[in-house]
Amino acid sequence: MTADNENSGASRRAFLKGAVAAGGAVAGAGMARAAEPDPLITEVQYWATGFGDAVDETPYGMPIRFESDVIRRNVEWLTADTISSINFTPIHALDGTITPQGCAFERHHSGAIELKKEDYRLMINGLVDKPLVFTYEDLERFPRENHVYFCECAANTGMEWAGAQLNGAQFTHGMIHNMEYSGVSLRTLLTEAGLETTGDLSDKWVYVEGADASSNGRSIPMEKALDDVLVAFKANGEALRKEHGYPVRLVVPGWEGNMWVKWLRRVEVTDQAIESREETSKYTDTMEDGTSRKWTWVMDAKSVVTSPSPQAPIKHGPGPLVITGLAWSGHGAITRVDVSTDGGKNWQQARLAAEGQSKALSRFYLEIDWDGSEMLLQSRAHDETGYVQPSKDALRDVRGENSIYHNNCIQTWWVKENGEAENVEVS
Amino acid sequence: MSKSLKLYGLTGVSAVALLTAAYNFADRNVAPMPSEVSFVAADAGSPDMMFIAAARAEAAADAKRIGLGREALPEEIAAWDLDVAPDGTGLPVGSGSVLDGEEVFIAQCAVCHGDFAEGVGNWPKLAGGDGTLADEDPLKTVGSYWPYLSTAWDYVHRSMPYGAAQTLSTDETYAIVAYILYSNFIVEDDFVLSNENFLEVEMPNANGFIVDDRPETEYPRFSEAACMEDCKDSVEITMRAAVLDVTPEDEGEAEAKEAMEEANTGADAEEANEQTAIADTASEPEAETAALDMGLVEDGEQVFRQCKACHQVGEGAQNRVGPQLNGVMGREMAAVDSFRYSKTLEQMGADGMVWNEETMAEFMEDPRGYIKGTKMSFAGLRKDEDIAAVTEYLKSFSQ
Repeated sequence: MTADNENSGASRRAFLKGAVAAGGAVAGAGMARAAEPDPLITEVQYWATGFGDAVDETPYGMPIRFESDVIRRNVEWLTADTISSINFTPIHALDGTITPQGCAFERHHSGAIELKKEDYRLMINGLVDKPLVFTYEDLERFPRENHVYFCECAANTGMEWAGAQLNGAQFTHGMIHNMEYSGVSLRTLLTEAGLETTGDLSDKWVYVEGADASSNGRSIPMEKALDDVLVAFKANGEALRKEHGYPVRLVVPGWEGNMWVKWLRRVEVTDQAIESREETSKYTDTMEDGTSRKWTWVMDAKSVVTSPSPQAPIKHGPGPLVITGLAWSGHGAITRVDVSTDGGKNWQQARLAAEGQSKALSRFYLEIDWDGSEMLLQSRAHDETGYVQPSKDALRDVRGENSIYHNNCIQTWWVKENGEAENVEVS
Repeated sequence: MSKSLKLYGLTGVSAVALLTAAYNFADRNVAPMPSEVSFVAADAGSPDMMFIAAARAEAAADAKRIGLGREALPEEIAAWDLDVAPDGTGLPVGSGSVLDGEEVFIAQCAVCHGDFAEGVGNWPKLAGGDGTLADEDPLKTVGSYWPYLSTAWDYVHRSMPYGAAQTLSTDETYAIVAYILYSNFIVEDDFVLSNENFLEVEMPNANGFIVDDRPETEYPRFSEAACMEDCKDSVEITMRAAVLDVTPEDEGEAEAKEAMEEANTGADAEEANEQTAIADTASEPEAETAALDMGLVEDGEQVFRQCKACHQVGEGAQNRVGPQLNGVMGREMAAVDSFRYSKTLEQMGADGMVWNEETMAEFMEDPRGYIKGTKMSFAGLRKDEDIAAVTEYLKSFSQ
């Protein structure tokens, strides 16, 4: 551990003190020595003597109270009120890839409605052979599929176009979640209604719409609708949460979250895009010259270091450090993630925790021996198409600063000597 | 069945394309039917053969069906299939003038969008912004940005007013849209919008959109081999989020920090106890006002979520879209000085009418029925118990 020689005596002492408090953590090449026996070990603790909770204490378990800070958070100034607003997944505090439903970000346009399974109806109409109405029970009788997919709001990182704004991975990158969905393929339901009379399918669309007051509706080209779109009723093994569209939502793998219509009530086969409010006035990307891109559905490859990060500072001092983060691509699987500790001058390949899955989050790790000096941490995702996550400047070169949506730039965290981190931009 | 056969008969040769498409798009778990495809391809020219092919196609489609669901009735489709496309498909017969629109807009929309569609506070601006799309801070409104008028009509009709969606009539919708056009200087004040002249309206930014061109403009550029070493000469921090300081403060964290600090200084323990004592005394007067059913108050807090978009209540409550509601129960109507009430409500207040359980219940059950011309665009509460609960909740904020 040669780097230690470069550290000041003070930080070395602080490090040792921290190590003792942690009960003798492993420090670099050598073990730290405890000054005195740890009472947590030498004294019998109350939890080792008495009883814990009985089995029915919490019929549906919540996280233990010590984790009460791992919650969704809102940025109040973003929207006029919280009924039509968004909050953020605490990605800085999670690990693995599956997002628990209870802390997965919410986006409502007219509030999260309560819709009973008994009151649920799904209509398929338009250019089909036979328009149909399904009940919730009907949906459960179709052949079912299970898939893990990420859902990212097109506006994720949208506040960062003009510069570093929000101090925390939750706020810069938390409009994302990743769940295992169970449901019926939209292809199956469309087949049930019959596409024989629809004509040439290559120029057809489906218009999908929710049951809430916002009537959020989006047009999806038929090719995608028949490819991998799922009508889902379970996530991570249990019913969807109210805030995610209970009892039924649409899953549109790899495409922007706004198309994942919640409380799905209608699928209409059409011969044109409806050009609803959510696909014209919103979710269109204005370029520097004032023209705007529309139909920008796919979420390009992106990654972020979730720890260390502003809300997840390094508390243990120099020595072994796990750098970790998430990577994803709407075009397919993540094949590689690079990490830089010097603001993009030099990169090293991180370790993927598992082989990348198509349109699902990948977890990456880079284990380093931190010398306690400041770092400019970045991550860079590669996907199966050969696409490499661009820098913010490279994106701004093409788009300017006003496109709001689809900001998949490389993020920089400035990790200081004391382990605290800050959202910054670098040259 | 007969409808399908007829269609197949008409389309003739394209049956091949259809079947091929059906085959390509078929569920991967379903066995394909290649023999039918070749059969149709070989004999597509003969009418008899076409008919047989069609029947076979129908049979094949039926075989893929599982037989769940029921046929949607025309009335059901009419009730839900309301979307309007840019070419006017789905637009119902009707009309509305700018003048009528102004009246409806001021009653139904202006609380959020302003009398002239200029927007109130953080709520969307619907007018202005002409020529700003390439500016540093573009103003995107119906006039400056929206490419299709159908979008505005459809959205107003199905999703507005906020909190009372799907309550506007067809003609009211035409009128409101006409007024929004007028506010954007797209039509004159004598304009009447109808299904007949709908497509004649030219939206200023109709040609301002291109279909996603990332595959051409970005993907080649961002698919080059990634540099791994000595990629830059120097790295400087050019901007810091901490300087801007717009990240929400975490109350929990701040409290925990304070608690930690207090716990660390033993001498403060007594002071903390004192504070608790003070807090206890402070809460006593509240206990006195409590002929309140606290369970009902709690339920009311839940129900009040529906009101929160427009109304604040409690410490520091401010007027938002609607007036703040501290002390509303037992008070004269239209009594918050700084709030601009509807004329009807002003008059009711001037007549000495008071918000009590009866008047509040009537209002909440049917806001627009009880107060003609109220600015409150809320559909009302359907359940009596919700009304009772929210009333009890409001009582808990008597001043």
